[in-house]
Amino acid sequence: MGAEVGVFVAAFGYLALLFVIAAWGDRRAEQGRSVIASPLVYTLSIAVYCTAWTFYGSVGRAAEAGPSFLLIYLGPTLAMLSGPLVIRKMIRIARAQRITSIADFISARYGKSSRLGALVALIALIGITPYIALQLKAITLSHAVLMDYPVAPGGPASTAGFLSDKSFWVALVLAVFIMLFGTRHLDASERHEGMVAAIAVESLVKLIAFLTVGLFTVFVLFEGPVDLFTRAASHPPLQNALSLSAVPGGALGWVSTLLLAFLAFFTLPRQFQVLVVENVDERHLTRASWLFPLYLLVINVMVIPIALAGLLLMGSDGDPDSFVLTLPLSAGREGLSLFVFIGGLSAATGMVIVETIALSTMVSNQLVMPLLLRTTKRYQGLHSDLSVWLLGIRRGAIALILMMGYLYHALIGDSYSLVTIGLVSFAAVSQFAPALLLGLYWRGACGLGAGLGMLAGMAVWSYTLLLPGFAQSGWLPLSFLEEGLFGLAWLRPYALFGLDGLDIYSHSLLWSLMANIGVLVGLSLFTRQNHLEQTQAALFADARTEGVDTPPLWQGQTTRGALHDLLRRYLGTASTARVLATVDAPHDRGRIEISTAAGIGSPENGMEESASPQLIARAEQALAGALGSASARLLITSVVRGEALDMEAVLSILDTTSQTLEYNRRLEQKSRELARIGEELRGANERLRELDRLKDEFVAMVSHELRTPLTSIRAFAEILRDSRDMPEAKRTQFLEVVVLESQRLSRLIEEMLDLARLESGRLTLQPHPLEMVALTRQGLAAVQHPIEERGVKLKVTIDLDEAWVIGDSDRLEQVIINLIDNAAKFAADTSPVVLLRLARHQGHVRLSIEDNGRGIAPADRERVFEKFHQLEQHSTASGQSRGRPRGSGLGLPISRGIVVQSGGRLWVEDATTLSGASLIMELPEAPQDKTMLATETPLPPD
Amino acid sequence: MLKSRRVQRLLALVILAALLFTPPLILLADQSVDGSFSWLAAYLFVSWAFVIGLAAWLLERRPEE
Repeated sequence: MGAEVGVFVAAFGYLALLFVIAAWGDRRAEQGRSVIASPLVYTLSIAVYCTAWTFYGSVGRAAEAGPSFLLIYLGPTLAMLSGPLVIRKMIRIARAQRITSIADFISARYGKSSRLGALVALIALIGITPYIALQLKAITLSHAVLMDYPVAPGGPASTAGFLSDKSFWVALVLAVFIMLFGTRHLDASERHEGMVAAIAVESLVKLIAFLTVGLFTVFVLFEGPVDLFTRAASHPPLQNALSLSAVPGGALGWVSTLLLAFLAFFTLPRQFQVLVVENVDERHLTRASWLFPLYLLVINVMVIPIALAGLLLMGSDGDPDSFVLTLPLSAGREGLSLFVFIGGLSAATGMVIVETIALSTMVSNQLVMPLLLRTTKRYQGLHSDLSVWLLGIRRGAIALILMMGYLYHALIGDSYSLVTIGLVSFAAVSQFAPALLLGLYWRGACGLGAGLGMLAGMAVWSYTLLLPGFAQSGWLPLSFLEEGLFGLAWLRPYALFGLDGLDIYSHSLLWSLMANIGVLVGLSLFTRQNHLEQTQAALFADARTEGVDTPPLWQGQTTRGALHDLLRRYLGTASTARVLATVDAPHDRGRIEISTAAGIGSPENGMEESASPQLIARAEQALAGALGSASARLLITSVVRGEALDMEAVLSILDTTSQTLEYNRRLEQKSRELARIGEELRGANERLRELDRLKDEFVAMVSHELRTPLTSIRAFAEILRDSRDMPEAKRTQFLEVVVLESQRLSRLIEEMLDLARLESGRLTLQPHPLEMVALTRQGLAAVQHPIEERGVKLKVTIDLDEAWVIGDSDRLEQVIINLIDNAAKFAADTSPVVLLRLARHQGHVRLSIEDNGRGIAPADRERVFEKFHQLEQHSTASGQSRGRPRGSGLGLPISRGIVVQSGGRLWVEDATTLSGASLIMELPEAPQDKTMLATETPLPPD
Repeated sequence: MLKSRRVQRLLALVILAALLFTPPLILLADQSVDGSFSWLAAYLFVSWAFVIGLAAWLLERRPEE
């Protein structure tokens, strides 16, 4: 008894916790800080797919039918992977049209047909009831196992009367819980954020519970997976447990179960609810598309180990559906069993909550409301506020659905295992798939075909799955199964038209889908759609362009007052004010705010004005969110005089909108291009300005350079002209200066010409193989004397015997002389030293010339190769104080030009041996066979 | 909005997954070595994980220009 109390406290405590989470989620949603706005929560809410069927039934199925339990999860994996293609489209449509359930979706697609909506709701009700019964059964059964272990739970509980039947109370508690939980809002069209948060938590709990019992089995009951599998493999009855031969129906059964799970994932009302209706942001879908399959993979990893362990330890007398509970119980771990029970409770309640909310929405919007609207002499007949009614209807529907589930469980449920019931439901809801999926992509699918197709499919389903179930429960004679209806063998439910050898689900799915699709396609090809149907079909099939909203479909006329009254009756005062306020054009927004403040309902405030098409469309959408699209349509037509737009008009509006969007996009692209071109132009202009400035500087420097020698030549020439009685020695000295300066002038001009040729690319070198050692010695000989005369010490290190390169020997000699001369100029004032080194370096011949001067700062190293650079430096830094000849400042730029044209490099580094700078010239070494050539082409004479 | 290349890749992935999960490919894996279990379940889990990995890689990459 104490244990019983413990279980009750745990279960109710858990439910209470869920309720707190849901309330918290709802409050956060009201504050605008949604807790469910993340891909992870979205994924976990989709995991409501894993019900008690997964939690208890997977192990059972694995024990009986091998790896086929995985198909129930591989199908959704395929569906979810295609989610960014299919489900995204459904989300967009549902958002644009304020769609609240799968019945609403199908009804809206086929011209907002209320009949079709009602049909879908009815089928869902019939098809899902066994599935809800399954959850009740699982809760009751797991509770019984937990309490009565090791005694196996007894026969049908209904024999003892429903008041003492635990599942009745479970259903009742759940009904109350869901009413509190899912229909708290007066504004029934809003999302259930709190519910989604609670469902996400439940998904986490069931995952952890299942993994825990799996790990316990593998590592506590056995010594790891290897031990478990070797022991299972040596157990003869288990030999074939994991092969395809254990799967009913073999390969064909395999494929059809996969297809069944794939289709059911789209069409189960609760999956539609969490996937489409409760989706907060369609971008969450991207991550959920792989995260949800991962969830499925993880929750299934432990199924086979548990099933094998159960079969090994429990033998054939244990019920495989409850291995997850009996394994820990057999080891005396009651705490763990309780946790597993809570996990199973999570799985079951999560499913029941979402499914019941989805079904109750369908029942109230697609079944009850249209009936009410039709029977009560148009809407005028009802005076009271219908929004309260609406919630009442939903609560009633919740109670009804759970009681139906209970009755199914009590009357028939016991003759089936968990998985069997689930598959029957799957087969029923997959009858929506043709209407849903074809309708999304094929504009021609018509409502009549969809409706009759579903009816045909359901008829086959009832005959091949539902009625045989009744027969097995003893409601129908068993001969119906064995001999067929009226004793006709070709009408046997499990072998229709003599088709034998399939498992019952493949058999049923094959015939029912064939009938369904056949009728749908056939009728669609041979009947006409009405205007509204065409419009809706076009909107659904083309809902791909992002940003294109549904255009207002109304051309008719009505007054704001009439719309306002209509909305208030169904949505309540607050929602009505919100709907009307958000649509109004800016110029009369102020007025509406005043009227809101004054309490809506006074007809003076513009209520006699005619309503804009946008306002009518918005009102219809708001009504659709609460009542379903068919009822909303009906209500709007009752107050609006005039016609809705036909398909051509809607399509042309859609086209115009997408054309405008496309046009905008192109314009944007163009303007971005223009901006980029402008940027480029600005850059080019900058460069031109810089070049212009450089040119000006160059001209200024050149004229300065030319003027200096010219000035002194002119000055000395004038002295010579004016003072004829000058001593001979003086005159000779002056003439010497004139000659020297003239030489300097012509050298300068020569250099400038060289530079100009280099820069314009007109300097033609005559490359031929030449020997660098000889060339260097030759250059040294030319400058050695004048340099040593100036007191500069010249050291030479040549490590090579010979080094062949390809180049113009005259020009390269000019470079060598220039570099040596340059180094000599920059060597220290006292005891200047220049070091020349010729060596081979990585396939290059390297000539480095160092001095012991002050060196060159890293920032200036490239600038010395600019024209006239050193000239500036020289004159400002040291002037002519050392009495050394000044250069033009063109030597290094010319040298670099020549070296680069010869395929080499010239740059500045820190000196390695001396303290100053080191200028390094590198030329690629000539290929060896060229040396043969060189013997034929001797060096040109000096 | 998904880039159309991404859509094509995703479609190819769905087709690949469907092929991996159905006969005749699963028949290849449905063999047992000297009396121990069939490899089918192990094969399914491995290919399942492979498909999920591919999907994650495909969907989580930044869309290319």
